[in-house]
Amino acid sequence: MDPAAVGRLLSFSLYEGLAFGFVTIGVYLTFRVLAFPDLTVDGSFALGGAVAAVLIVNGVNPFLATLVALGAGLCAGLATSLLNTKLKIPALLASILVMVGLYSINLRVMMGRPNLPLLREVTIFSLASQLLGLETSIAYKLVVTGLLAVIVFFILNWFLRTEIGLALRATGDNEQMVRGAGVDTDKTTILGVSVANGLVAFSGGVVAQGQGFSDVGMGIGMIIMGLASVIIGEALFRPKGVARLLLAALGGTFVYRLVISVALRMGMRATDLKLITAVIVIIAMAIPYLQKRIRREWMPPAPRW
Amino acid sequence: MSENKSLLKLRKITKVFSKGTVDQVTALDKIDLNVTSGDYIAVIGSNGAGKTTLLNVIAGVYPPENGGKIIVNDKEVSRLSEYRRAEFVGRVYQDPHVGTAAKMTIEENMAMALLRGQPRGLRVATNKQRRELFRVALAPLGLGLENRLNALVGTLSGGQRQALALVMATLSKPAILLLDEHIATLDPRTAQIVLDLTDMIVTREKMTTIMVTHNMELALRYGNRLIMMHKGRIVVDMNQAQRADLTIHDLIVAFERASGEEFVDDNVLLRPGNVVGISDL
Repeated sequence: MDPAAVGRLLSFSLYEGLAFGFVTIGVYLTFRVLAFPDLTVDGSFALGGAVAAVLIVNGVNPFLATLVALGAGLCAGLATSLLNTKLKIPALLASILVMVGLYSINLRVMMGRPNLPLLREVTIFSLASQLLGLETSIAYKLVVTGLLAVIVFFILNWFLRTEIGLALRATGDNEQMVRGAGVDTDKTTILGVSVANGLVAFSGGVVAQGQGFSDVGMGIGMIIMGLASVIIGEALFRPKGVARLLLAALGGTFVYRLVISVALRMGMRATDLKLITAVIVIIAMAIPYLQKRIRREWMPPAPRW
Repeated sequence: MSENKSLLKLRKITKVFSKGTVDQVTALDKIDLNVTSGDYIAVIGSNGAGKTTLLNVIAGVYPPENGGKIIVNDKEVSRLSEYRRAEFVGRVYQDPHVGTAAKMTIEENMAMALLRGQPRGLRVATNKQRRELFRVALAPLGLGLENRLNALVGTLSGGQRQALALVMATLSKPAILLLDEHIATLDPRTAQIVLDLTDMIVTREKMTTIMVTHNMELALRYGNRLIMMHKGRIVVDMNQAQRADLTIHDLIVAFERASGEEFVDDNVLLRPGNVVGISDL
């Protein structure tokens, strides 16, 4: 393979690692920080894409449209977390309910159309290319997503170390201790799940503009991609502390995207991608159990929820 | 003891589990209790006597039933949920894992405890000034935790975690400290360390404390008031003078007289070091 092709492959994977990295950070927040298995992600990713696309088609500033997409994701996470904390529906089921409901909502948002093209519309990327005068699409894509990633990184790295952020992190670690310290764990759960889905929808808005269309099915399997990226990031970077955890999420997404891109180049069918991702996650989750089995250690039965 | 000087008042506190089923258990049966500021109460009783349920009701884990009232500093708190009551209730649990967060550092755990009952904002939770405060609070433990503020709590031993949990429960100086068999799962040496620390902190801060224990010897040695529970009721309540020269045997006699039942608790009888033999009964 010639060096130019390798460069293209790396820079494209880097762009994807950043654009989808917000999903991974969101999944990391729910699954790892809050210990809240949230499957809303598939719906809220497509919701972000739908909201951003529809606003852009109607002439709204693309940066504003992407922010509104983030807000829509916050609302989706709010719905899931309220079902869980106030109506006591188990997290997994609550999030599936919202995810399924979002499918209909996303179609309505896109005015009943399953696909909304954004070619020839003003997107955050076309704005950047005009502003920076960069020719190749990958260069300004990297600049824009890199900038967004830096902003998100600094905000979250600060927020998760604040008094509220600390309570949020402790909620997933030891809910009883958090209540004992005088914090309403319903509120921290609602806040965390909402922020996570806001990030996911934000990613959906960015990705839709990057690929030039929004599709009602673009969120399918996004939760598994996020989980795979979280697992890869943890395995490769063994992160400690908030800042490194966030970087591991982005790094994990980059590696995941790179592996997928290489596999595609080597002739893997694009339609097999989701199966392979699912298998990666299955293997990663089974390894700790199998290791213990070999060592004949005791393992608790798997939780049903 | 005049009633209006009471820090904590319990009025007709009842708690029934599995109501309306064959497993129905009355864990607390119309309990009345006045706790005066500065009381250091040891609560004993056999399994199922209602000791832990009593702490849970005070902490707000479940609301009292049938119009029972909980009053703290002349303010009724019966309807306040657990996290709202944390402002004036600190608690150490039997299991060291319950009181501390494993995946967070010592200083992050301490910061959570420092803000008990206070509004939390968007300031970074740990800073130089707070770290100094944490060091001062941790140093008397003699465990070196003050030099390991950035260590993950999951890397500490059970005894270290329980000592940390104790410091965390008392850091914001809550009006009431609840200790729920907090040394029961520790090995004897660590248990003694945590017990001494408890005594030191409670005495130094003159903290109003309710300590639930299984161990009669402990109940006689620590605290300034002794309560014995049986089947959801308080059957013995002694002040410092009354329990001064008491032996475990006297306690058992007191129990049998009050409850009208023979005392049976293998935990007490078989524990080495207790001078009670079967013949004593």
